[in-house]
Amino acid sequence: MEPKILPPLQSGSSLAVSAKKRRKRNADHLLSFVFILPSILAVGVFVYGFIAWSGYVSLSNWNSLVPDLSFAGFKNYIFLFKDFRFQADLRNTLFFTVFFILSVLVMGLLLAVFLDQKIRGEGLFRNIFFFPMALSFVVTGVIWQWLLNPATGVNLFLKKLGMDSLWYTSVKIVPGVEWGKIQFGVPVAVVAVVIAAAWQMTGFSVAMYLAGLRAIPEEIREAARMDGASEFQIYRKIIFPIVAPITVSVIIIMAHISLKIFDLIYAMTGPGANFVTDVPGVYMFETTFRGNYYANGAAISIIMLVTVAIFIVPYLISSRKGES
Amino acid sequence: MKKNVWIYAVLTLSLILSACSSQSSSGQADQKKSSGKLEIFSWWTGAGEEDGLKALIKLFKEKNPEIPIENAAVAGGAGTNAKAVLASRMQGNDPPATFQVHGGSELNDGWVAAGKMEPLNDLYDKEGWNDKFPKQLIDMVSKDGKIYSVPVDIHRGNVLWYNKKIFTENNLQAPKTFDEFFKVADQLKKKGITPLALGDKEPWTATMIFENVLLGTLGNEDYQKLWKGEMKFDDPKVKKAAETYKKMLSYINSDHSSRNWQDASQMVAKGDAAMNIMGDWAKGYFVNDLKLKVNEDFGWVPTPGTENQFMIITDTFGLPKGVKNAKDVKQFLSVLGSVEGQDAFNPLKGSIPARTDADVSKYDEYGKQTIKEFKEAKLAASLAHGSAAPEGFVTKANQAVNIFVTQKNVDQLIDSLNQASSELKK
Repeated sequence: MEPKILPPLQSGSSLAVSAKKRRKRNADHLLSFVFILPSILAVGVFVYGFIAWSGYVSLSNWNSLVPDLSFAGFKNYIFLFKDFRFQADLRNTLFFTVFFILSVLVMGLLLAVFLDQKIRGEGLFRNIFFFPMALSFVVTGVIWQWLLNPATGVNLFLKKLGMDSLWYTSVKIVPGVEWGKIQFGVPVAVVAVVIAAAWQMTGFSVAMYLAGLRAIPEEIREAARMDGASEFQIYRKIIFPIVAPITVSVIIIMAHISLKIFDLIYAMTGPGANFVTDVPGVYMFETTFRGNYYANGAAISIIMLVTVAIFIVPYLISSRKGES
Repeated sequence: MKKNVWIYAVLTLSLILSACSSQSSSGQADQKKSSGKLEIFSWWTGAGEEDGLKALIKLFKEKNPEIPIENAAVAGGAGTNAKAVLASRMQGNDPPATFQVHGGSELNDGWVAAGKMEPLNDLYDKEGWNDKFPKQLIDMVSKDGKIYSVPVDIHRGNVLWYNKKIFTENNLQAPKTFDEFFKVADQLKKKGITPLALGDKEPWTATMIFENVLLGTLGNEDYQKLWKGEMKFDDPKVKKAAETYKKMLSYINSDHSSRNWQDASQMVAKGDAAMNIMGDWAKGYFVNDLKLKVNEDFGWVPTPGTENQFMIITDTFGLPKGVKNAKDVKQFLSVLGSVEGQDAFNPLKGSIPARTDADVSKYDEYGKQTIKEFKEAKLAASLAHGSAAPEGFVTKANQAVNIFVTQKNVDQLIDSLNQASSELKK
């Protein structure tokens, strides 16, 4: 950017020019600094300042309406990891994240390949796939809650067929290894939540993959076809490897959504019986704002921040390396 | 060039400054607004309760046309969302002019203990309320001899609602003891009718049944002792109550965790289930929303073992510290506590008046009977609604009950409650 802004160089000795250039550069730096200073201050206070504040609160004894910032050590964290509900949260988050990302990737890739076949009415299909993205998670939660409701939705139809499945109200956990206090396995109700979440976010990965597919020049495919490769082989050997880096981006973006998910679950199932669909976000909200356990709530949010950071920070580092 | 930079810098600075100054001026405007308008904070947004609140506000406007009112209600059953909004506003020293708070622990161990409320003894003296509200009720809104809020309504938490048609068709009597309950439930189950409807998507509903079973099993005195920490949760009587509750849970609908209390009440209204244990806001829902007829479409009895007991839930309004228009708030509170105010509000809300001298003729059959029983019954504070114990304990009890509903492990429930009981002494 910088060289473009520079006016054409004036005549003069080369020494004078470089001195002038340097002064100009310093001035530009100062100017740009002045312009971004307000954002730096705002981000510093409202993001990093408040993260630090949450961290400080999470180490305090502030567990009632009366602020008590005396130092408690890691008491709140230790309590959480011993807590039935938080263990269930971690289990649910793990399975939610894995299933959610997998379904978004697989469905997104399939639909993108489908759209890439130059089918008729592509615009219509694209709108259909992208449309859920425009909705808020709360709306999605309410819609799917109606659809999967045991008394009204799909289940009524299944019941008529003789199948009595209770979808998101199921408290069954399969297979059931004991871990701490909780059973470790896939809570059936989480599947219902994953369906809703994947329905909403698949449009994003379709868009990403489609852009990737469209960026591949037709000549490459032609050349492969000339060499006698089948369409399937072209996808497997040429196209998928080319779009592979997109997968990483999608995983990163989906991972941070799923690790801090709150609105969808809160609207759709809440914590669920036996906390089968509880996630740290919901627990944090209820502990902090209903139970007035401010220190405990802060500890949950710090743990959530750390889990998201585990995904985001390596990505940021690698993308920085890529730039330089 | 240098000149240019300075012009930019000055321009930027002036921009920042003007942004700041416009912010501060709008801040002043906000303050003016909040000191001028009387902001009434509640979670009354549903049918019935909203009508009641509006009737009350209308009455206040007639009497004090010069004071502008703002209805700042936040939706959400049992105040689940409103309490979160309130907590952040109170912590940020931006209290509403007056807010809805349950009498008992929620008020006394919460906001009063946090030093956020003004005492209202002078208002009580001025209005002559000290002998107009029942003494036990005044105790619920007092701490260390100071009164901190004005009750507007009374709800009963120990009511078993039943579908009259189902009961007459099957020749059944509404159960008054646990034995009768289980006998009736067995007969209903044989006929393929769900005996007891539960909607515990929000876990407080399951906690409500548990507190009712506790009251019915322990009796009033021991029930009170539990929350004072004078009786342990591993007492055999508490265990017996947990066993009874466990047995009751075998008669509930299988999709309970996907329903809220309205959905569960609807099952009884539609005849999909026979009985439902819920506070008497369910009557408001039956009558206002579902257009059912009192004592024709549905009937009621106190929950098993709780005859002559009154699980009390009272909505009250107080005066937060640091409110600029305290005089106007007191004006509102005196309307709220007047006979006229209570009779404008309660018939619509479906509750009964907190005052003992209200006009009985304005209430329906259920209201009349409940007003009468309220005068005679022993009062017990509700745990699920934050009257009996601090929010911290209620949250933990809700969690323990939520787990119990699916795992049905009595020892684990007792254990969790015992662990949580350290919260009671706060």
